[in-house]
Amino acid sequence: MLRLSAAARHRVAFELNGRAVEAEAEPRMLLTDFLRQRLGMTGTHVGCEHGVCGACTIEIDGVPARACLTLAVQVDGARLRTVEGLETAPGRLSMLQEAFRRHHALQCGFCTAGILMSLDWYLRVCPDPTEGDVRKFLGGHLCRCTGYVPIVAAALDAAQRFRESPADV
Amino acid sequence: MKPAPFDYVRAGTLAEAHEVLGLEGGEASVIAGGQTLVPLLSMRMARPAVLVDIMGIEELANIAAEDNSIRIGAAVRQAELLAWPALKQRQPLLALALPWVGHAQTRARGTVCGSIALADPSAELPLALVALGGQVILSSAATVRRVTADDFFTGLMSTARADEELIEAVLFPCSRDGEGYAFREFARRHGDFAIVACAAMASSSNTRLAIGGVADRPSACDLGTLDGSALDDALNEFAWSLEARDDLHATSRYRRELVRRLGRETIEEARRCCA
Repeated sequence: MLRLSAAARHRVAFELNGRAVEAEAEPRMLLTDFLRQRLGMTGTHVGCEHGVCGACTIEIDGVPARACLTLAVQVDGARLRTVEGLETAPGRLSMLQEAFRRHHALQCGFCTAGILMSLDWYLRVCPDPTEGDVRKFLGGHLCRCTGYVPIVAAALDAAQRFRESPADV
Repeated sequence: MKPAPFDYVRAGTLAEAHEVLGLEGGEASVIAGGQTLVPLLSMRMARPAVLVDIMGIEELANIAAEDNSIRIGAAVRQAELLAWPALKQRQPLLALALPWVGHAQTRARGTVCGSIALADPSAELPLALVALGGQVILSSAATVRRVTADDFFTGLMSTARADEELIEAVLFPCSRDGEGYAFREFARRHGDFAIVACAAMASSSNTRLAIGGVADRPSACDLGTLDGSALDDALNEFAWSLEARDDLHATSRYRRELVRRLGRETIEEARRCCA
């Protein structure tokens, strides 16, 4: 049985975007704060901090999850992917990110990192969604700028391009 | 919005988890997926001195069909149950209700037993447990006991679990031949907690309707083979018996109307499925 004291910092190590990382965290440290403050990975945003807004969505062990509803110590040994891991080569946007740019699917951009992480996974498991499917799935995210219309359009456009040339990502 | 300090214990076996809960009692909280506990910690509505993480306990990670029921261990995530190949055949109501539980992103981490442990009156899994007449297996270092869903949920977010006890598993009865099931829910946004949620189970001799989101806990009512205006009258009586209250999301009157209308639609769908 492993017991980590509240008063001390403990080593937390995991795989982040294909690279081994480690830093120290108190047991109470949320994964969002660990990513941003300890690892300097500020692409993951902190919104409501109670799981409602979806801004902090990342991939944990291959599926999207809320980083704000996760303690850093819970993911020791896990495999994580954040928005920084989406680029296909340094400085090159993924097909989904390109679709977001083409459709102006972001304004302030605060919600975007979370939405990208959710959609990146969703379009892999559900490559041919209807508009209704995408809207239902986006229920897990709040965007206060766009009214969602361009986000849905970008997702459907990206889905079509994925289907036509899956190798491009 | 940051949790107060706590010690974090990663239990490797059930005995270790029991040991910590026995020593720390009410000062300890069990954490599994954390999808309901972490917000409570962040808002400091919960301030345990110790968190016991049970996700590393292998014996809690199983879904098993046994004795006409599905046994779901405390470390089984909601997404795992939804992906269990036998789910739809063994218990269609769970297959219908699970997609309504939170979002894909929270189901990926949240556990079935965790939702039942929180006992939110609007949550789908406690509702399904009451609708089906399931059981909760509670264990401590010294005891193991089975509690029926009706006895387990004692009020608003409160349960019959004692401080030193852990929910080891829940048991959902399997469906039997000739039973039909339906699940409906009304919420502002898919994935939000329900304003009213309805689960119905119909056979040739009885229809059982359970309602979540209205009373302080999920409640069920057996309606026999009532039909037509007699069914409307019974639903009206049931709606009033739930003692709905006004809140930010809906008035009590609106909730009663949803029980009458959505309840009836759910019953009719379940009856069509069993016919």
